[in-house]
Amino acid sequence: MTLDLDASIAVTRFGLGARPGEIGRAKTDPRGYLLSQITPKGAAPARPRAPDSSTRLADLRAFQQLRKTARMEGDLKSDPVRMAQMGLREDAEGDFLARARLGAATDAGFAERWANFWANHFTVSAVKEVTAPLVGPFEEEAIRPHVFGRFEDMLVASSQHPAMLLYLDQAQSVGPDSPAAQRAAKNGAHPGLNENLAREIMELHTVGVDAGYSQADVTEFARAMTGWSVGRADHPEEPQGFMFRPFAHEPGARTIMGRRYGEDGEGQARAVLNDLAASPHTARHLAIKIGRHFVSDEPPARLTDGLTRAYLDGGGRLDRVAQALIGAPEAWAPRPTKFKTPYEFLVSSWRAADLLPDDAGPLSRTLAELGQRPFSAPSPKGWPEEAQVWCAPDAVIKRMAWSEAFAAQAVGQRDPTMLAQNALGARLTPGAATAISRAETRPEGLSILLMSPEFQRR
Amino acid sequence: MTQAFFTRRQALAAAAALGVTVELLATNTFGDTLAAKRKFIAIVCRGGLDGLSLSPPVGDPDYAALRGPIAIAPFGAPNGALRLDDTFGLHPSLAKVHALALAGQARIAPAIATPDRERSHFEAQDVLESGAGHVYATTSGWLNRAVETMGPQVKAMSVGPTAPLILRGKIEAASWSPGGMAERDHRLPGILQDLYARDPLLGPALAEGLATQAMAKTAMADAAQTSAAMVSPPPAPPMQTGMSTPYQPPRPGGLDQARKIGATLAGFMVQPGGVQVAAVSIDNFDTHANQGAGEGLLATRLAYVDAFLDGLHVGLGPAWKDSVVVMATEFGRTARVNGTKGTDHGTASTAVVLGGALRPGGIIGDWPTLQQARLFENRDTSPTLDMRGLFKGLLRDHMGVSRAALDTAVFPDSANVASVTGLVA
Repeated sequence: MTLDLDASIAVTRFGLGARPGEIGRAKTDPRGYLLSQITPKGAAPARPRAPDSSTRLADLRAFQQLRKTARMEGDLKSDPVRMAQMGLREDAEGDFLARARLGAATDAGFAERWANFWANHFTVSAVKEVTAPLVGPFEEEAIRPHVFGRFEDMLVASSQHPAMLLYLDQAQSVGPDSPAAQRAAKNGAHPGLNENLAREIMELHTVGVDAGYSQADVTEFARAMTGWSVGRADHPEEPQGFMFRPFAHEPGARTIMGRRYGEDGEGQARAVLNDLAASPHTARHLAIKIGRHFVSDEPPARLTDGLTRAYLDGGGRLDRVAQALIGAPEAWAPRPTKFKTPYEFLVSSWRAADLLPDDAGPLSRTLAELGQRPFSAPSPKGWPEEAQVWCAPDAVIKRMAWSEAFAAQAVGQRDPTMLAQNALGARLTPGAATAISRAETRPEGLSILLMSPEFQRR
Repeated sequence: MTQAFFTRRQALAAAAALGVTVELLATNTFGDTLAAKRKFIAIVCRGGLDGLSLSPPVGDPDYAALRGPIAIAPFGAPNGALRLDDTFGLHPSLAKVHALALAGQARIAPAIATPDRERSHFEAQDVLESGAGHVYATTSGWLNRAVETMGPQVKAMSVGPTAPLILRGKIEAASWSPGGMAERDHRLPGILQDLYARDPLLGPALAEGLATQAMAKTAMADAAQTSAAMVSPPPAPPMQTGMSTPYQPPRPGGLDQARKIGATLAGFMVQPGGVQVAAVSIDNFDTHANQGAGEGLLATRLAYVDAFLDGLHVGLGPAWKDSVVVMATEFGRTARVNGTKGTDHGTASTAVVLGGALRPGGIIGDWPTLQQARLFENRDTSPTLDMRGLFKGLLRDHMGVSRAALDTAVFPDSANVASVTGLVA
């Protein structure tokens, strides 16, 4: 019985939900089933052959140029503008659809959930025109390769990715006493500091808001980061991606959280990231977030202490942290307390039905209605974790409506009782099993499964 | 239909049957009939709404220099501020709010802040919505706790697919967002209600959701009438797509939609036994770069706010005279424009109070001015008013929440924060 329950928990809580047969495969060794998914290569790419971020950035800029010309000519609806716009949109939609299909199909559900967690930790949201085509490539380039490597590598990859540099306004930040600022002043312009990315790296990505830093530390870090930028649109000699601009860098040594960083150009901010990644505050902050995502909105202290230790002992290696999570008894508590986010709910529904989403349009509309518009987290903090956020009355009604529509299309000639066994294994309760067996139609049975308390949670 | 949708009469009958008096049931200080008509709507603008653009102090001698290219132009200039008094105007996108202000039905509190000083969005939003004196002190919201004191007949609702902290807590609040349940006669809701009978999370949520669906029909019919009666707004450009793509800011939506959401919320509030207390979130005010002045990024967002409020105002119709709306943000932004034609996280900002129940008057609280020596940490508008004082005064004067409840349960340990009284007629 324990192995049965552990197999169900491995696949539904650590993974993205069970596809038919998956719980059975996990049964001989539920922990080994998860550990085998931890590989130095990281998480599988969602869309291996998609255009990369530099191509996307170039396309976006070409579109913006076209639009500018069209606007001057008063013809915004010209064919080239619309074609370019459509191309960009199809790219972004394709990224999200590919990610959802990977989620629905993968045999490495834990690795995929782990990657989704880190993508949300380093949120880049499509709420800005310039970031919208880059969210997909950001996940592919900055997150997925590093999820089982060193946290510092992911932190640097994220902080140097054009998506992040543009999303949090770092690309335009200029040291007030830098040569670039002095030159601009002669032309009457006054470019200067933008502290957005520096603040969110400290608050959200690394040490956390209660680490004891001050406004002065944030400003100092923002000064250290000046020069970390993205090549400009009208300068073909510059890369369509990260570049360091020595002339925009604020000269001089900086002091951040009591530590002095000598002038070292691009390396100055790099050294700060290095220290932030190694900080015990970061270990603790990440441990609590991981516990909150995988186990409970209020993770037990023993769990988060263990994860913190694993991070520090392993020098920030995330494979070690993932192993510690799988090894922690608290993570296997029988009662599920995590309420699925809309994305988790949809992906697990496809897995339960052994189907793949194949149309980006309805997928995004559903997620938007459920409060989780694709690639569009409401803030740099990412999507929230708390059950109370997602279990609003309106959301439950919409999940029910979606389940009915989905079940009507998905169930075919299959037996809902069997689907329920496959989806939940030992986690299926007698109450839900009875309700499903009493369903009047097959679609009704599948709807009840998808809306059952145990399927809504993990 | 469900527990939460107990009618007033049923509540009274139940109370009588139990031998309790209505005064004990409802701890508000008004007679029942008065309180039942009153509406209270709280709007949270997320991201740090720039008070110096929302209600630009164009008459402050330091304003234009501090703000440079993002300063709102003076009164009377093209795209200039809409005049409130010699110092303050409203952003030119806020024409409808301005019209209400001229009628004494909208006022600003231009230097208001939560007790939080950390300039973190997430901490400051937590403090703004939880009503506590410091961060992460409680997991419920002040508006939920306020509703708790108003008695079981008072219904509360949030607008949007997720539940905002301000209205989370013991009282099961409804929530609504556009796009509803398919109109079908089916068994599923009943089956699920049975299945959720002992589920503390899903059970109440489903019951509340089903009840709201019933109300939504009426509300949307009302809203459709309202929209038809309104002058058609400037055309909104969004193209039909389910995806958040580069060319259509995903959150804002069109002005039409904003107006319709406002009118639908009003529809929920004017129907018999309808919602009396509502919470609304509006996102995307974090203008670190290129925020614009009379036009641009922030202007677009403020136009959305203006359209939403217009829909609400018109939709409430005669009920507007019994309504108070308060709109606030987690913090303001730096007084100086930053190096990227935007503004960074600051401290005090502007809150706006609207409603037919307001007493006309000038600005709420003192204006610290923008003189360099007066800036908070040489950077932000100095706070002269604690946000909790404004909320407390409105809840007391308009919704009859007792002082004792406000000082302890609704805003914990806030006896030393004076209520701003006299705002409601």
